Amino acid sequence: MAAESSDSEEEDLVSYGSALQPLQEGERIKKPVPLQEQTVKDAKGRYQRFHGAFTGGFSAGYFNTVGTKEGWTPSAFVSSRQKRAGKTVLGPEDFMDEEDLSEFGIAPKDITTTDDFASKAKDRIKEKARQIAGVVAPIPGTTAFDDLIGPSKITVGVELLRKMGWKEGQGIGPRVKRKPRRQQPDPTVKIYGCALPPGLSEGSEDEEDEYQPENVTFAPKDVMPVDLTPKENVHGLGYKGLDPSQALFGASGREHLNLFTGGSEETSNLLGDLRHSKGRKLGITGQAFGVGALEEEDDDIYATDTLSKYDTVLKDEEPGDGLYGWTAPKQYESKKRPEREFKYIGKVLPGFSLASKPSAPIKIYPPPSLPRNYRPVHYFRPVITAGNESCHLQKALEESTGKLESDPTQQGRHALNAAQRREQLGETELKGPAPSVLEYLSEKDRERLKEVKQASEQQMKAKIVSQQSANSRFQVASPEEAAHKWQMLLGGQLANAGSSDFKPFAKNPEKQKRYENFVKSLKQGEKGERLERFFDQNMTEWERGREQEEFFRAAMFYRSSNSTLASRFTRAKYEDDVDKVEVPRDQENDIDDKETAVKMKMFGKLTRDNFEWHPDKLLCKRFNVRDPYPDSSIVGLPKVKRDKYSVFNFLTVPEPTTSVTQATNEKIQESNSLNKPKKSSRWDVSDKEKEKKDSISEFISLARSKADVQQQPPVPAKEECGAGTTETPPTVVADEDKNQEEESGRPPMDLFKAIFVSSSDEKSSSSEEESDEEQQPTTSERQSETTKQVDIADCSSSNLQENVTASTDSGISSLPTSKQELDATEEFGPKLPPAFSSGTTWQQQTEVPATFPGPSRKEKHRKTRERHKTKKERKRKKEKKKKHKKQKNKGKHKNKKAEKDSSSDTTDSSDSLSDTDTTGLSPKELLRRLKQLQY
Amino acid sequence: MAFPKPRPARAELPRQRVQSLQCGQGAVRAARFNADGNYCLTCGSDKTLKLWNPHKGTALRTYQGHGYEVLDAAGSFDNSQICSGGADKAVALWDVTTGQVVRKYRGHAGKVNCVQFNEESTIIVSGSIDSSVRCWDCRSRRPDPVQVLDEAKDGISSVKLSAHEILTGSVDGRVRRYDLRAGQLCSDYLGSPVTSVCFSKDGQCVLAASLDSTLRLLDKDTGELLGEYTGHRSTTYRLDCVLNELDTHVGCASEDGRVYFWDLLECRRRHKE
Repeated sequence: MAAESSDSEEEDLVSYGSALQPLQEGERIKKPVPLQEQTVKDAKGRYQRFHGAFTGGFSAGYFNTVGTKEGWTPSAFVSSRQKRAGKTVLGPEDFMDEEDLSEFGIAPKDITTTDDFASKAKDRIKEKARQIAGVVAPIPGTTAFDDLIGPSKITVGVELLRKMGWKEGQGIGPRVKRKPRRQQPDPTVKIYGCALPPGLSEGSEDEEDEYQPENVTFAPKDVMPVDLTPKENVHGLGYKGLDPSQALFGASGREHLNLFTGGSEETSNLLGDLRHSKGRKLGITGQAFGVGALEEEDDDIYATDTLSKYDTVLKDEEPGDGLYGWTAPKQYESKKRPEREFKYIGKVLPGFSLASKPSAPIKIYPPPSLPRNYRPVHYFRPVITAGNESCHLQKALEESTGKLESDPTQQGRHALNAAQRREQLGETELKGPAPSVLEYLSEKDRERLKEVKQASEQQMKAKIVSQQSANSRFQVASPEEAAHKWQMLLGGQLANAGSSDFKPFAKNPEKQKRYENFVKSLKQGEKGERLERFFDQNMTEWERGREQEEFFRAAMFYRSSNSTLASRFTRAKYEDDVDKVEVPRDQENDIDDKETAVKMKMFGKLTRDNFEWHPDKLLCKRFNVRDPYPDSSIVGLPKVKRDKYSVFNFLTVPEPTTSVTQATNEKIQESNSLNKPKKSSRWDVSDKEKEKKDSISEFISLARSKADVQQQPPVPAKEECGAGTTETPPTVVADEDKNQEEESGRPPMDLFKAIFVSSSDEKSSSSEEESDEEQQPTTSERQSETTKQVDIADCSSSNLQENVTASTDSGISSLPTSKQELDATEEFGPKLPPAFSSGTTWQQQTEVPATFPGPSRKEKHRKTRERHKTKKERKRKKEKKKKHKKQKNKGKHKNKKAEKDSSSDTTDSSDSLSDTDTTGLSPKELLRRLKQLQY
Repeated sequence: MAFPKPRPARAELPRQRVQSLQCGQGAVRAARFNADGNYCLTCGSDKTLKLWNPHKGTALRTYQGHGYEVLDAAGSFDNSQICSGGADKAVALWDVTTGQVVRKYRGHAGKVNCVQFNEESTIIVSGSIDSSVRCWDCRSRRPDPVQVLDEAKDGISSVKLSAHEILTGSVDGRVRRYDLRAGQLCSDYLGSPVTSVCFSKDGQCVLAASLDSTLRLLDKDTGELLGEYTGHRSTTYRLDCVLNELDTHVGCASEDGRVYFWDLLECRRRHKE
């Protein structure tokens, strides 16, 4: 078996049945015999019929006759004169076919070992069971004889067990370490005189434990199976015949009356240890067989039992647990002693200890006793018409119990207030000012009064209602029961019953609230008692019951209507309340920048994407490769949850290449200064559009690049880098011609158009905005920090504008340089995790500003820009007019925004403005933000 | 290596035609040698697959069972089985001797462009026009693929396997290498639809042919371009490229009906056949 299972390759191949004979070339396939022509023959070639074979019949004899074709032939007459002693009585076998007597027939003649003979002598458990059965049997002790005749054959199971090291008398299971158990002095038992030494007071087995070394394990104790034999005899309930094991030594601690061993307790005590062998000992022992010469039991043989030993009164519990007889499992016994109840037999988990005190029993409140004149007959409530009843009363009633109707005439007059009485008497309402006292009261007091009034009213009503219930108008099931019932009814579908849109008790807000709570808790599957607390505490039990019923019904109603609707719809693919979808975590980069890389034949880092990929376990096995991710359950590319409705699930905007794309973008921008739209990646867009925000995200990448630089030696500059090195910082560029930047920074227009449909130009501009705003989160989705930082930048940038000083300039300069470095390094260096890895990067950043004077930088930037413009002009010829237009719009909009934002000069050139926005931060400020970021 | 030792390759490039087989299968979509080069398979557009002894020029067996053109085939390392993929979207596993279809794997949503056995012929990897690569288990009776590699954005044109890698070329212009041992997917962008990919014999490089009439030799680990081979014409059709046995030459079919060879290192075109 083991060998088979180890051969994993083989186990996948399963072949069923026998293979068909391979066909010879040119051989035709034999036609199968049609069903109607198929015949069944028995072993002797006789045709057989399935005479009602599928309804339980069977074929007998020759076509359901007996024996021969001629049918049943009577046996020949034989004169009985000579053969008187011959067989005259025919058994059923005489009318049976041979096959019925065969092994599988209905009366097999073969010799087989029956269960009675299957090695019961060796099977301890069975033996015990038999022992039990034997005693219960009408003639006790008969099975004892059977045991003597047990065959020596051992069943396979026993044999197997033995081979595994099992021995008779042991239990089955892993070997256990047995701690020497010290007898704990029972606190309730007082010991007079001198106590036995602890070892002696325990049983013999425990004594053995005394000598046990530490590292010795024991087989588990054999377990006595619980006897679950049905009662088959006609003895009285609980009648126990002679108990052979109990007869002499077996009357263990139990005090109950034993008919035959009435006073044998003392003697058995005297016999001491012998008692403990009770379980294993079997034999013909018992008083019915007399007492041996060595046993001093003689005086008890003819013991007369007195009536005083019998129970004459039915008590709720029998003393001495005679209820289950001596076959009772041990649990019953031990339950009798409360302090034993909490003795836990099994192992206690590490870190846990047994409770010293029992948990308080659950208090059960009995249901109210039915009134004497209760009639279990239901009659229907009279329908109340609003007209013939005081509206006040009705309202009050509805308040308390919803639609509970109560006959006003049945109410005592004390229950009515003045208005009601007036109404009943037909008096007219008092006219005139009659200012209410309430008006003289303060707001607070009024409310308090109201509360008190309501409470008293409630109580009143409660009284009334309880009286009514006493009149047995309605039968109210106990709330628990009801809740259970309804819960069963509603089942899991109740989960749909939301309180949000279905308000059955909208008129009564309090009740509605209670209802909502109720439904909520019901959804969580709470039981009746817990549900109770949602009901008004002032209400009576009865009222509560009513209301509960009502709520259930309401919930049910809502559910059913809901479900009918639901049947028309299919389940949503994604859960509605979860607005996230699983999308591949890593996606291949935008190919735009790759295309350029390919054009420049810069294969390698630029064109390569590496992903974590999880091969299937089986695939690894088949390839003879160790599973690289043995612990993961993922197959394929790992997925992450994303916003379901985000456009950017469908755009691939991977994080790590940001800087690279930025570099290219910058170039693009520069070339773009002639206001020529161009094709660009989405990335540029988002970068440029939110300049302020950009500053921060840039910062991050900058920091990363720093780390990169530290980690990696500088790489020979490639074409791109060469272009990038002289580049102006993107932000500076951005200022001058915002329009272009925005153009450049936008994702393909068509996409957004398709998504945010807008026909008019005006709308389009706004929609673009939307899209832009949407884009921000996605671009930064990869690094949550980025987004955070953006936010920070957002709010802080406006505030910090005033702070712009000389330091800002230096700050600016620091950015571009590091950016360049970044450009150069990011392409070749390994990707760093988005988080800042070291504090050194910060230091560097803060240090850098001092080295570069600002203004000169700027000039330089402009120059370079000019250069690039001309250079890249050619590239940008494939512009789209439409796009261009929109970008213009966009630009306007942006400008406006900028104006708003800037608290300082609005007339200032956008240049300086954005300068301040993006990079106008003192090193300290930056540091602070970075720190913020970290946390 | 589970493969039998291949026959020693000739040092020089093939110059003359040794044998031509009249397949009679209509358009021959692919012709493949078996593992040791003693037999070859031709995939016909008449739904058949034929096994040949190319050295004698004798047809050994015809395999019928595909529902449409057979587009690619591969033999198992022990020559006992053949797998093939066709335009009927099915991948078939054949028993060589009986000529019966042992198993048919359906699951692709489009033509199956390429099929490959893994080293032990326990897995069939098929690439399809439906932009998925599916790994089918030959050992169990699972009707569904072991794994689907659906990272490609366009049809798969070529699939190659090494001991622990799956190399795919896709029309989306990418060469993807799934490394089972490292649990990694490397995707190289080539810019134009990839028609054929193959490993170099030393397992260090990847050769990829694309529809811009260029063969590119890429470093497997870094994705850097080691060589570029041009001169042939490949703009429309899915044509194969190879490296020779000693990794000294690069070969590729051209749309002008010739086979081009380049020196691997010098990237010079050597021969037009």
